[in-house]
Amino acid sequence: MNNNNEIKKQVVILFAGDSGDGIQLTGTQFTNTAALLGNDISTFPNFPAEIRAPQGTLAGVSGFQLHFGSVEIYTPGDVADVLVVMNAAALKANIKQLREGGIIIVNSDGFDAKNLKLAKYPNDVNPLKDGSLSKYKVYEIDVTKLTRSCLEGSGMGTKESDRSKNMFVLGYIYWMYNRKLDATIEFIKEQFKKSPTLLDANIKVLKAGYHFGDTTETPMNRYEVKAAEMPKGTYRNIMGNQATALGLVAASSKADLTLFYATYPITPASDILHELSKHKNFGVKTFQAEDEIAAITAAIGASFGGSLGVTASSGPGIALKGEAIGLALMLELPLVIVNVQRGGPSTGLPTKTEQADLLQALYGRNGEAPVAVIAASTPSDCFNTVYEACRIAVEHMTPVFFLSDGYIANGAEPWLFPSENELKKIEVHFAENKLKDGEKFLPYKRNEKLVREWAIPGRNGLEHRVGGIEKENETGNISYDPDNHEFMVKMREAKIQKIADYIPEQKFDQGNEKGKLLIIGWGSTYGSIKTAVKESIEEGLEVSHIHIKYLNPLPKNIGSIIKNFEKILIPEMNNGQLIKVLRDKFLVDAIAYNKIKGMPFTAAEIKNKIVEVLQ
Amino acid sequence: MELNTTTKLTAKDFITDQDVRWCPGCGDYSILKQVQTVMPELGLKREEIVFISGIGCSSRFPYYMETYGMHSIHGRATAVASGLKATRPDLSVWIVTGDGDALSIGGNHLIHLLRRNFDVNILLFNNEIYGLTKGQYSPTSPIGKVAKSTPMGSIDHPFNPLALCLGAGATFVARSMDRDPVHLREMLKRSNNHKGTALLEIYQNCNVFNDGAFEVFTEKASKKQEAIFVEQNKPLLFGENNSKGIKLEGLKPVIVNMDEGGISANDLWIHDEKDATKANILSRFFDDVKKENHLPRPFGVFYSEDRYCYEDVLQQQVNDAIAAKGKGNLNDLLKGKNTWEVK
Ligand code: SF4
Repeated sequence: MNNNNEIKKQVVILFAGDSGDGIQLTGTQFTNTAALLGNDISTFPNFPAEIRAPQGTLAGVSGFQLHFGSVEIYTPGDVADVLVVMNAAALKANIKQLREGGIIIVNSDGFDAKNLKLAKYPNDVNPLKDGSLSKYKVYEIDVTKLTRSCLEGSGMGTKESDRSKNMFVLGYIYWMYNRKLDATIEFIKEQFKKSPTLLDANIKVLKAGYHFGDTTETPMNRYEVKAAEMPKGTYRNIMGNQATALGLVAASSKADLTLFYATYPITPASDILHELSKHKNFGVKTFQAEDEIAAITAAIGASFGGSLGVTASSGPGIALKGEAIGLALMLELPLVIVNVQRGGPSTGLPTKTEQADLLQALYGRNGEAPVAVIAASTPSDCFNTVYEACRIAVEHMTPVFFLSDGYIANGAEPWLFPSENELKKIEVHFAENKLKDGEKFLPYKRNEKLVREWAIPGRNGLEHRVGGIEKENETGNISYDPDNHEFMVKMREAKIQKIADYIPEQKFDQGNEKGKLLIIGWGSTYGSIKTAVKESIEEGLEVSHIHIKYLNPLPKNIGSIIKNFEKILIPEMNNGQLIKVLRDKFLVDAIAYNKIKGMPFTAAEIKNKIVEVLQ
Repeated sequence: MELNTTTKLTAKDFITDQDVRWCPGCGDYSILKQVQTVMPELGLKREEIVFISGIGCSSRFPYYMETYGMHSIHGRATAVASGLKATRPDLSVWIVTGDGDALSIGGNHLIHLLRRNFDVNILLFNNEIYGLTKGQYSPTSPIGKVAKSTPMGSIDHPFNPLALCLGAGATFVARSMDRDPVHLREMLKRSNNHKGTALLEIYQNCNVFNDGAFEVFTEKASKKQEAIFVEQNKPLLFGENNSKGIKLEGLKPVIVNMDEGGISANDLWIHDEKDATKANILSRFFDDVKKENHLPRPFGVFYSEDRYCYEDVLQQQVNDAIAAKGKGNLNDLLKGKNTWEVK
C-alpha cells in the first residue's frame, strides 16, 4: 500500500449514473457495509420517475447519496465530499452537489462524444478537458474497459459484462475507504445463486475494482472512518418503507390480529407491499386490489371481521380513498391509512419528496370527519410510529393516518431495533355477549375512552348493522334527528380528542424549555432541523426544537410550550400547513419557512434561517 | 354445502325491529321476504351471516336482516365483502346491490370480485332505474328510456349484466324475478350452495319510477311466451303448454314450434349449466321484446363452474409459508440478516 490513510469523521458520497447503471444497488451495498462497520449513516436515493428514461440523458440520471461517519449523523448531508459519476449526464446533474475541493471519480468511457451530446454539452465541450472542474480533484478511470478486460474469457458478451461496471466502482470505493468486501460478496452469492456465471463475474469485478486501487499508482488518498459512538446495543440497517412493514407485522403480532394489507401499486409506497408479501408466515394477508377505493374498502371489510385492516398509498391515491375514510370513521372501526407522501398536486412529482398532505390527512373529507394523524420523522422511526398508529386504531376504534414521505421511505439509517417484549402492549377486546334476557346489544355504546365495542361477526346475540348513514346514539339505528346529528358530530370529535389522554406529552428534542426561538417540525425534516439546531446551540444561539409526532390530537402541552418562546419558526416541505393548524389552535404568530422543490431541507438552509430569525 | 342446523330458526328470526321503508308496492318487499324465508333452510347460524350493501334503495336491505350487516358506500359493497371474506372464510357473506350500484359506480369491483371468485353471494336487484335519487336512467335502462335526466330518451347502450359477468369470469350466474317467489327461493338456495361467487340477477319492479319494466316476463298474460325457465338436463321449452322450443343450429339459437311435426324434445337445446359456450349464448338472449321473432328471456342458473376461491388459496399460501419457514418469529424478523454490536 503506497497511500496514506487519512482519518475522517464523516464523509458524504454521491453515486450517480444512468438509471440502468445499478446506482441504487451500489449505494445500498456501500450503506450496508458501512453500517456493519459501525458507522452512523443516513442515505438519500434520488431516482427518475421513468423506469427506463433514455440512456445517457439528464432525465435518466439516478443518484444515491450516502452520509456516514464516526459521529452522529442525522441527514444524508447537505453537500457531497465525493461524487462518483458513470457518465456525462450524471456529472452535469450533480456537480452542484459537490463541495469545492471535493473528489470526482469519473468513468471516462461515459464521456465520449455520444454521451456528451446526450448530456447536452455544447459541441466540442468536454468538462473533463476544458478546465471547468479545476476546483475539484478529478480522477478518471476507464471502468468500462477495465471491467471488460477483467471478464475476458468468461464467455460473457460486452453488454452483459458492462452490467457489472457498478461492481468495479464499488470495489474501488471500498478500497478508498478501507472496507471489507465480505458483506457484498455474500449479497452477490445470494442474488445470483441461480446463475454461477454472473455470480463469479460480479465477485471478480468487485475484487478487480478493489485491487485496482491497491496496484495502480493512484494519486488518491485512502480514508478511514471509524465506528460511531452510538448507544450500546445491537443494530441493523433499515429503510423507511421496510420499517413501516415491520411495524405493521409487529403490531398485528402483538395484538394477535391478522394483518390485512390492501393496497394498489403506487410510488413511493409499493415497497411496503413487497416487504409484507414476504412475511406470510406471520399470518399476513396482502391484497393487491383493483384500485385505491377497493383497497381501502376491502381493509374496512377485514376490520369489520376482526382483522387489523391497513391500506396504503401516496397523495393521489389517498384522495381517492377519501369517501371510504369517512365510512370507516362512521363505522368506528380500526383502520390504518399509510400515506407515503410525494410531490403534489395531482400526479405531481412521483419520485420526489414533499410533506404537503398534512391538511389532506386532517381535513380532506366531506363533513365533519376527524381522524387521528401521526407522522414518522426518520426511516427507523417509521417502525415506532406505524406501530403507534395500529395501537391507536385498535384501542380507540378509529381510522388513523400514518404519514411518511418519499425521503424517509427510501432513506436508510442504523436502527437499534427493539425486541418483542420491549414493544408496548396493544389491548384488543372483542365484544362478548353479556346481555340479559330481552336486552338488545347496543353497538354504539361507549366506554370511558368514548370508544364503542368491536363486535365481530360470529358472536351469537351481538348481530347488528352498521353503516355510513348518521346513526342514533348507542343503538346505531339510522337517525335523521337534528339534535342527534349534532350530538354525534361532537361525539366523534370528542372521541378523537380523547386520544390525547393516551399519548405522551410533547418532549423537547434540544434546547431549553423557554427562550428566544422554538423550532417546530414534523415528519422527515427532523434530521436537517436536528443538525442545524445542534450547530446553532454549539455556537451559543438560543434555540430549541420540538418535533411533533402526534398531529391529531396534538399532545396536551403544545399550547403551553409555545407560550414560553418569543418566536416560533416552522420549517415545512410544503407551502405552510402545520403552521395553519397551530395558528388556528393557538393564535400564534409563527414564522413559516417553506421549501417546495421535491428535495429535503439542507441543514445549512435551516441554520441560515435560524440566524436570520434571531437577528 | 352440508346442512348442519343446530338451532331451529324461522323466517321471523331474521326480521329486525326496524320499519321497512321502501315505497309500498316495491319489488324489494318480496325479495326481502324470500330471503328471510330461505335463511333458516340454509343450515347457517344467524351470527355467521353478514349482509353487505352499497347505496341505493336495495342497499337498505341489511337494516332489515337480523344478522350482521354493513350498509357501506356507493358501489363498494363488493370490495368490502372481498376484504371480509379474505380474512373470515368462515362467514356466509351476502352482497345486496342494484343496477346502478353494481354496474355503474361499482362496476370495477364487481368484475374483479367475479374473477377472484370469493365464496360470496351477490344479489343484484335490477330495476333498470335509479330509485333513491328519484328516477334517472341506469346502466341497464333500455335505449330511448325517458327519465328525469333523459327527457329526450337515453342514448346509452345498456349493459347486459349476465353477459358482462360471464365475460368477467363469473363461476355462477343466474336470473330470477321478484314476482316468482318459488323460483326466487330456489335460486337463492342454489346461489348459497355454490362454492364461489354466485351472481343472482333479480328483476325487481320499481313501481314508482319504472313501473312494469319487466311485466312481460313476470305477468301471467305474457310470462309463458316471454320467459323461459331453464333447468339442468332439460330441453329449452317455453310458451303456452311448452308449445315452443329452442334448437341450436351450430351456435345459433332458433325458435321451433313443437306443434309442427318432425320435431321432438330430443332435438332441442338441452340445458347444461356446466357448458360455458351455451351459457354465453344463453346470456345473449337479451332481445328487445318488441323485436319480431325475439328470443325469450331466460331465468334459472345459466352457468356454474367449480374453480378455486381466492380466500382459500390466500390462506393456503399462509399455511405453506408457515410450513416452509416456520411460524413467524418476531424477534428474528426485527433482527434481520445483518446486525452489528455497539459496545
Ligand atoms: S323508489 Fe322504486 S326501488 Fe326505490 S323503494 Fe321506491 S319503488 Fe322501490
